Order: sequence, then C-alpha cells, then structure tokens
Amino acid sequence: MTVSKRVLLQLGCAAIVALAPLPSVAQEWEPRRPIDFTIMAGPGGGADQIARFIQSVAEEYDMTNRPLVPSNRGGGSGAEALIHVANASDPDHTILVTLNSFFTTPLRQSELGIDIQTFTPVAMMGVDPFVLWVHTESGITTFDQFVEQVQSMGGEFVMGGTGAGQEDSIVIAFMSAAYDLDINYIPYDGGGAVARDLAGQQIMATVNNPAEAKGFYEAGDFVPLLAFSDERLPAYPDVPTIRELGHDFSYYNQRAVVGAPGMSDEAAAYYQDLFGRIYESEEWQAYLESESLAPLWMDADEQRAYWATQVENHRELLEALGE
Amino acid sequence: MEILSLLGDGMLLAVQPQNLLLIVIGVTVGLFIGAMPGLGSVNGVAILLPITFLVPPSGAIIFLAAIYYGAMYGGAISSVTLGIPGASTAVATTFDGRPLARQGRASLALVTAALASFVGGTVANVFFTAFAPLLADVALSFGPPEIFALMLLAFATFVGLGGDDIPKTIFSICFGLVLGAIGFDQISGAPRLVLFDITGFLQGIGFLVLAIGVYGIGEMLWTIEQSRGDVESTNPKMTMRGMAADTAEATRRGWKGTAIGSVLGFFVGILPAAGATPASLMSYGVAKMVSRVPHEFGRGNPDGVAAPEAANNSASTGSMLPMLTLGIPGSPTTAILLGGMVIWGLVPGPLLFVQETEFVWGLIGSFYISNVAAVLINLAFIPVFIWMLRMPFTILAPMIFVLSIAGGFAATRDMFDIWLIVIFGLGAFVLRRFDYPLAPAVLAIVLGPIAEPTLRQSLLLSSGDPSIFFTRPVAAPITIIALILLFLPAVKLLRRGRGKSGAEPS
Amino acid sequence: MRNGEIITAGVLALFSIYLMWESAELPIGYIPGRGPGGGFWPFWLSAIMLACCGLIAFNWWRRTSPPSRSEEPFLDSYGWRMVALVGGGVVVFVALINIISMYGAIAVFLFYYLRFLGRHSWGLSISLAVATPLVFFFFFEGAMQITMPSGMSFTDPVFDLLYEIIY
Repeated sequence: MTVSKRVLLQLGCAAIVALAPLPSVAQEWEPRRPIDFTIMAGPGGGADQIARFIQSVAEEYDMTNRPLVPSNRGGGSGAEALIHVANASDPDHTILVTLNSFFTTPLRQSELGIDIQTFTPVAMMGVDPFVLWVHTESGITTFDQFVEQVQSMGGEFVMGGTGAGQEDSIVIAFMSAAYDLDINYIPYDGGGAVARDLAGQQIMATVNNPAEAKGFYEAGDFVPLLAFSDERLPAYPDVPTIRELGHDFSYYNQRAVVGAPGMSDEAAAYYQDLFGRIYESEEWQAYLESESLAPLWMDADEQRAYWATQVENHRELLEALGE
Repeated sequence: MEILSLLGDGMLLAVQPQNLLLIVIGVTVGLFIGAMPGLGSVNGVAILLPITFLVPPSGAIIFLAAIYYGAMYGGAISSVTLGIPGASTAVATTFDGRPLARQGRASLALVTAALASFVGGTVANVFFTAFAPLLADVALSFGPPEIFALMLLAFATFVGLGGDDIPKTIFSICFGLVLGAIGFDQISGAPRLVLFDITGFLQGIGFLVLAIGVYGIGEMLWTIEQSRGDVESTNPKMTMRGMAADTAEATRRGWKGTAIGSVLGFFVGILPAAGATPASLMSYGVAKMVSRVPHEFGRGNPDGVAAPEAANNSASTGSMLPMLTLGIPGSPTTAILLGGMVIWGLVPGPLLFVQETEFVWGLIGSFYISNVAAVLINLAFIPVFIWMLRMPFTILAPMIFVLSIAGGFAATRDMFDIWLIVIFGLGAFVLRRFDYPLAPAVLAIVLGPIAEPTLRQSLLLSSGDPSIFFTRPVAAPITIIALILLFLPAVKLLRRGRGKSGAEPS
Repeated sequence: MRNGEIITAGVLALFSIYLMWESAELPIGYIPGRGPGGGFWPFWLSAIMLACCGLIAFNWWRRTSPPSRSEEPFLDSYGWRMVALVGGGVVVFVALINIISMYGAIAVFLFYYLRFLGRHSWGLSISLAVATPLVFFFFFEGAMQITMPSGMSFTDPVFDLLYEIIY
C-alpha cells in the first residue's frame, strides 16, 4: 500500500512539473503566490503614493507573473509592518516598502525585538528630501524672518508633524537646537493631514517632503523657506539649504524596498532584478524628477552597509532629541 | 454656466455604450463587495487597477465611481439581511433595518435604504456642483478643536441609543472607547495597553474585528439559542406589486429621515477626519429627536433606516470634496484614486479643481450617472437578497459564520484578529444575555480614535487651556450644543424624579 | 440569571481594574501646558467602567434590573448544548485554518454544521461544503487579490495548481 501511494504521489508531482509552463523551469525562481507588498505607512502619505506608483508600473509592463498586493500597516510608526514582515510565514512572497522609521522604530522600541539586519536588501528606489514650509498668508518669505518670528513668539509658534521621533521631528529638533527655537509641536497621523492643517492655517509651519506639499506650493498657498538636502533642489532653485547656512546637516527619507527575513537567495535575486527594472523605467525616472527625489541606487551589500550607518546616525540623532 | 456644460459633458461621456457597460459592471461588483461583511470599496478598487490599462483614464474614473456607489449601497444590505454592518457607516442602519427584517419586512427596509441612498447621493452631488470651492474653505476652517467638538456632538446622540439600563450603556460606550485606544498613543508614539503583553495588540483593534465579533458571532449565537435553532423565515417572496407598495410606504414613512440625512450627512462628510460614520449616527439621532413617534425608533421605523442611509451616501460623496479641491485623500479609497491620478499625470492639490476641470467634472458627472444606475440595479437585486433570507436557517447560519470569519480575515489579514473576533463573539453572547447594549461600543471604537487625538492636539495648541473649545468661533457653538444635548437627559431625569408625576416617558 | 448578573459585573470590574493598571504605564494626569498624558484617556474611561460595574451591582442588590430579578438559569441544558456545539464548532473552525487552510476549514465547518447540526442530506451537505470554498477561492484570490492562509506546507501542491489557474 505505502509503495503504491508513494508511486502515485510521485506520478502526481511529475505531472504537475510536466504541466507547468516551460519558462518557469528555465528561470531559477518565480513567485508562485500573490506577493504581499506591505507599506510601512497609512494610505495617502509619501510612502503609500510611491508603493502604489511602483505597483502600477509593474502592472503596466506586466513585469510579474503574480500580482503585488499592497497592504497598509502604518500603526505605531511602522512597528505594525515590521512585526508583520518579520513574522511572515512565507518570506519568499513578502516584501516591504520602507521609510526611515525602518531605522528609528526598532531603536525607539527595542522591546519589539526587531533586528533590521535580518531583513533582505532588495532595492533603494531613491531618497526624499525635506523642506520647511509656511503658509503664504503668514507673510514670511525667508528663513531669517522665520527665525525672528518664532523667537518673538516665545513658545507659541505651532508646527505640525507626524509624531515624536518621526523623520520631520528629527529635522525640527535639529533646527530648534541650532537656532535656539522654542516650538510647540503638534503630532498628526500622517503627512497628508499635516499639509491640510497648514493649508487651513491651523498650524504655522511644517517640515514636509516636496511631494506632499507640491500641490499647495503650485497653487501659491505654501512658501518653501529652507531645504534640508545636500544641494539645492532643482525644482526649488531659490530655496537655500541648511548646509549653506553653515550647518553640517542634511536629512533624507529613504524610499527603499526590503524583503522579509529568511528570504531565499533565489527570491531575493528575482526581486532585485524586478525592482531594478522598475527603477530603470521611464515612469519611475520621471517620478523621481517631478517629485524632487534624489536617485541613490545601491546593490545589496551597499544597502546593508547603508543600513548600519543609518542606524548609527539615528541613534545619535534620537539621543540628541532625548528619546 | 461653464460648470453646467462641463458637467453635461461628463454625463454624456458616462452614458456612452462602453462606459455605460463599465458602470453596470462596476455597480454590480460594488454592490456585492459592499454587501460582504469585511469588504468595501477599497477592495473593489483593487479590481480597478488592471482595468486602467485597458480603457482610457476617463473610463477608469467612471468605473471607479460606479464601484464606489455600488459599495455604498451594498453596505445596507448586510446590515438588514445578515444583521452584520459591513462597514462602520452602516451600523446605524442595523438599528431599525434589522427589526424590520425580523418582522418579515426586509424588503421594505431594503427599498427604503436604496431610495434614501439615492436621494442622499443626489443631494450631495448637487451641493457639490453648486458650492465646491466655497465648501473647501469651510472644510479647511475645521482644525482639531472643531473636529473634537463635532465628536462630542456625535457622542451626545449616543445617549438616546442605549437600552433602559443606563450604567450598562455607559459601560458599553467606555468599553468601546478604551478598545479604540489600544495600540500606540498617536501623540507620544508610545505603545499603550498591550494587554497581557501580547504583541498582537500593538496593531490596535479595528472596528470590523469588534463589529463582526458582536454581530456575526455573538448575535448569531444568541439568535440560535433564543430560537432553539429554528428561525421561522417570515419574509414573503418579492413581487412587482409588493415592490411598488414598499416604494410607496418607504416614501411616505421615510422622507423625513431621508431629508435630514441628505443635508446633515453632506456637511459632516466634507469635514476632514469626520467622515460618514458620525454623519450617519448624528442623522439617526436627529431623525429620532424630531420624530413624532420616537419610541418606534429601534423597533423598525423606516425613518430610522432612511436617515443613516441617506447620510452615509451623502457623506461619502462629500468626502470626495477635500480630495478634489485640496488633493488630500479623505479615505483609503480616495487615496488609491489619488495614486491613480499621479499615474495619469495629474497633480493632486488645490489646482486640480482649477486646471483639470475636465477630469473633475467628468468624475462628478459620472457620480450622477452611477448613482442612478446604482439605485436601479440595487432595486433589481433586492428579490435576490430576499431569496437568500428565505433559505433555511440551518443553511443561512453556517454561511454567516463562514462569511464573518473569511470576511474578517480579508479585512485585517491577520489570524490574531480572527481569534479576537471569536473571543468578542463569545463575550458578546454572554453580555447580550444580561442586557448589555453593544451597539454603543461598536460605534465608540470608531469615534474614539478620532476624538482622543483631536482633544489632545487642541490642548497642545492652547498650551493645556481647555477654554480653546469655547473661544474659537466655529468650535464654540458646536461644543455648547453638544454639552446641552449631553446633559439634557440628566436634567430630564432629575425633573422627572422630583415631579414623580404620572406620564410614562417613551 | 441573578447569580450570573453579579458574576458578570464582578468579572467586568476586574477587567476594568486591569485596564486602569495597564493605562497607568503612561502618564494619566494633566500635564501643565501640554494637556492630558498618554494614559489619561484610557485610564479615566476604565475608571468610569469600574464605577458603572459598581452601579450595576447596586441595581442588582436593589433588584431593579431585569436580569437581577430573573430566576431562570443563564442557559438551560438545551442552550448549553447549542452553544457548545455551535460556538465550539466556530472555535474548531478557526483553529483548523492554520492547519488545513482557510478553504479547507470552511469545507469542514460547513459539512459539520449542515450534516450534523442542520441534519441536511449527505448530498446537499457535501456539495455545499465543496462548492462554497471554491467560490470563495476564486472570489477572494482571483477577483479581490486577497491571499487567505494556506495552512501547513502539505497543502502547497493544491494551492500552486489553483494559483496557476487564476493567473
């Protein structure tokens, strides 16, 4: 009995292999399931926009034989997404769109037990700079005026952001320390809500990615004052950088894709190739330019090294913040 | 007049044969997705993406509008037939929709819901067409203190919702609010209420987990136990004549609720962060307040179905306003639409409304057409839903359990949440047996996560001074009305206690 | 019912105290100049829950609430049996999901309920138990692109085949 059962099983397996389309035999690895495309942020923010964009480029050129299925897990500054991906039951079909909370959240919440070096590097799609914005009706047009205004208000100047220890709060903390500013910081649940409340003048200034504020800037509602990039942003040539003001500081949000811990080498190679092709696509290159992202392509080893330096940087930044 | 011609162009585009076909498919798909507990228009939009590469962008927008409307109509169907609100916006629909279904009047409830939804959607579209840019400014003037005041107003309508046992009602409200606080504290970013140190609680507890647990498992167990496992299906077969009679009755007994829901829903819906759930709840409360027969509410009054249904459709249409005039997504569905717009080369933002007029009015034009298509298709499918209700209960019951678990997983994609659904279900069964009202908890879990951060953001804005709620021109009147409504029942109770005079209250 | 009412109130009171204790890990007071701390909202709401449990107990003592007057048992023998069979069935259903996949668990649960609780014919029970998961599979995975749990690895060949069909 056992023998015949095993024979039957082998026959069945052989039949399935024989029936499978030829290319999948020729190529080393291809996804067999829909790919869990987890996003470390809620719907509508910068990371979400990018993930949806990537998904549609892949869809348009039919780059994957199984769909990328986006799911937003923004809870707890991305802790929700990290836990989900770290415990993925099928690491070969689980990838994550990250931002800098990939570094800060495990640092701030060591009890989660997340070691980001266990994740699998896939692709660095670009880095997103930060810009300081005020509303046009505030009358402020230069950073000097901004500093003057904040100092004259003695702690009553209200800025909005996405929360303590988040990317924008790190930038604001640095700026406050460098210029001795006393800012009343209100946390919101996402970059979209922050931009909305600046448009409604509920808050007086924000530090947002250009992609989140671009629409309001073009409508003449927002004024950019200062960029936190290494060089002036091509889309905002008149906006000075904090480096020009004599501070050795720049800060970017990473837009990277990583694989779940324990992903097989074959699967990692597949995704690295896939996102490499998406990165090269005309659409993505145009997106980088129009949304002021800086390209920063890296291979897998460089990414790991980058993670290590970023974790160290953020450890220092957070310590300076008193987190 | 330019607006009208653009709108006319949008409508003409929508009624072209190919686009009309997209609308019919979209509405039908949306209707069934919306009727599944756990699924909503977000899931419907997932189907949209591949289609955007097959048809021109205008077709894709039309298809999206159709799915969106279909799903809005579908929400009421599971509330009435299964007793499970598929979305938080449909919780208030169960209050009177479910009793009607139990009395064998499911068709009346469904017809009322469909007609009210249609009127709500249409009224919202008209407001939208006439006042969109103006209303965008209104929406922006609502900061955290105003939103919190609005939440307070929504809570005030809770008071009339509970059963007779006041301590148990308050317990239920607070329980829902505390459940909503589980996860991370948004203001400080610190983990909070990680019960028994189980990391699963870090993700918080979603509305659907509690709602499916309470209604899909708890309420079902209670029904099986009460009815000794054999529920008589009293809903008669649908006939054309019955439908006509229901339509007449729905119009006669539901117009007031529809009117209230359509107007109130729209104005609450356009406000950032508020959305369709408080809109439907407040409309229900107001409809009950102004009704001449408030005691009929909760026992199957068509006004009680019409008000929340008109409101949630109206509010969902209204929530498109911040997206189109400001480029800020008000819901996951609109976020996906925004993502799509980036791919089509449109820049979300305040200029969208000014520069991309063809896109904007095309979308609004297809809203009008989709709304008409949705009500017709919905009415046509009502006999099918009634037929499902006529299935033997021993087939319907396991199907509801299966739908609850599978739908719950589809919504959260997490086995931990499925176990929570089971635990909430068994707990709800016990509490139900001891007369604890659970609807307040289910609504509180939605409103709590809006109310708490806005309260704390407001107090941060004012450096801890609570007078901020009484000094801002928009927040002050809302706060005062809310406080009056909150304390009115207490005053009434005192007066009644002192007077001890005869008349039994409703 | 009368005993059940006070026991339920007692359990809920204990739960409220536990929630208060958990909330107190974050500041529960009013921080001057910054408003309430992170534990403020859940802590005081839990405190109100506790107070409500006290009132429920008071009403129980006064015998004013219907359950505290009722002499019928919480569940009779039929009720207990029904809850155990149906509620237990749902628990087993969920437990099976991680072993034999969502679809396998649906098939087993439907068959159990229809055949043994509903006493429907073998033919109807089997056909519904097979057809429903198949319809669900094509609906969720094919149309909605939602991946359901596929259980332990021995189900893989079946799923690989099914995914080959839908993509």
